[in-house]
Amino acid sequence: MSARGSGASGPPPGAAEAGGGPAGGSRVRVGLPFHLRNLAGVDGPVSLRIEGEPTLGAVLGSLEDQYPVLRGTIRDHGTLRRRDFLRFFACGKDLSLDPYETPLPEAVASGAEPLRIVGALAGG
Amino acid sequence: MSGVRLLVGTKKGAFILTADGGRRDWKVDGPHFGGWEIYHVKGSPADPDRIYASQSSGWFGQIIQRSSDGGRTWETPGGEKMPDPYGPPAGVSNKFAYDTSPETGKPLTTHKWYDGTDHPWEFTRVWHLEPSLDDPDTVWAGVEDAALFRTTDGARSWQEVAGLRGHEGGSHWTPGAGGLCLHTILLDPSDPNRMYVAISAAGAFRTDDRGATWRPINRGLHSEYLPDPEAEIGHCVHRIAMHPSRPHVLYMQKHWDVMRSDDAGESWREVSDGLPSDFGFPIAVHAHEPETIYVVPIKSDSEHYPPDGRLRVYRSRTGGGEWEPLTRGLPQEDCYVNILRDAMAVDRLDPCGVYFGTTGGQVYASADGGDRWEPIVRDLPAVLSVEVQELP
Repeated sequence: MSARGSGASGPPPGAAEAGGGPAGGSRVRVGLPFHLRNLAGVDGPVSLRIEGEPTLGAVLGSLEDQYPVLRGTIRDHGTLRRRDFLRFFACGKDLSLDPYETPLPEAVASGAEPLRIVGALAGG
Repeated sequence: MSGVRLLVGTKKGAFILTADGGRRDWKVDGPHFGGWEIYHVKGSPADPDRIYASQSSGWFGQIIQRSSDGGRTWETPGGEKMPDPYGPPAGVSNKFAYDTSPETGKPLTTHKWYDGTDHPWEFTRVWHLEPSLDDPDTVWAGVEDAALFRTTDGARSWQEVAGLRGHEGGSHWTPGAGGLCLHTILLDPSDPNRMYVAISAAGAFRTDDRGATWRPINRGLHSEYLPDPEAEIGHCVHRIAMHPSRPHVLYMQKHWDVMRSDDAGESWREVSDGLPSDFGFPIAVHAHEPETIYVVPIKSDSEHYPPDGRLRVYRSRTGGGEWEPLTRGLPQEDCYVNILRDAMAVDRLDPCGVYFGTTGGQVYASADGGDRWEPIVRDLPAVLSVEVQELP
């Protein structure tokens, strides 16, 4: 799995629209690694509407609600612990160790920059 | 029967190989789930078009796939996109949560680690899927860390069969080199209350009450790697096989030793004499001859390849004890592949077909009970499992 598989940089043409509920809130883009894009049936970053404050946990929860097939693939079903070989990047920063209630950077919350879920490099 | 369908799990995807009853000309379809480890793919005896696959990854964990059209299309049960974001949650087909409730089993929280310390139970993957003999929606799953799960809703949700792990020995189970895995599930076709499982490296277990209670069935096994070589628990059983017409007769390939039981596992005796090595992984029984069995000897547990670089299936027509090498069509020099425990299967056509896959990516077929072999494919990813279905 290559970090290049994230595919979440740049503009969001073709981004899958997901999320629902009443108008309002923020719209956050999430880039997924190759295999999770295949599982979710999307070919680019997904766009999620987030009600309330767009924290890391809120975005991951919305992602799992809209794409139930991803439950358990990013974080454990019960404990919600991040899987060891996945990282969360945004705006040039590694957010992987941040608590889930941490607000995402403004550029992510505004949709200007994606939250990138990245698989660890493996191989040579 | 008009043909056969092989379900092949590999390190990098699943492949479906089909042929007519002659089993000479094969069509290869795949990879399905490319890039993922497919530990096991198996069809329902009650509905051959219903197929389940265990898809896993060190990065993303476990996925369960299901097909209702013979493997042409697949779905993740309960994983479909939710039509109503405010509706009830979808299924959780990849959630294997250990049961720690006192009502259904002892609340075991640890097993032994390699160094003898206590280690928490952690789900890693599904090694083996065993569909019910009569209900396409009911499937048993053997998982790592060793436990038995069951679904009755077509894999939308899974519940642990907690009586197995709750056995008083469960907290003392220790992993083998491949992990603490439950890899063998045998359903007794003559008695729905009885089933068998095998765990590396705990041993073999039997239930006579549909899974409510279990007990170890390892008397007669001898393992030099244990402090007590004849201990009740701790044997590294690699695979058990039975013929459906004689479910009380069990054949076992152990880490070392090929064993046989004639009393549903109450006692075992060794039937390895005549083999070049009694180490190996798979063992299979001929579809029409309950005393004809197949193993693939591997040189040792330190080398994991065939003796002398010669790939030989060994057949016994006497239920063990007397063996003949089957070599026609198999490489007899410079062959250093392994054949894993779930990577051998037999079909029920006449004559019986025998199949196995290798870690070198070859899948070999014999349409005459093992006398002659031909490769169906030579260059798949390392083969983890092979199952076969007869097509109407």
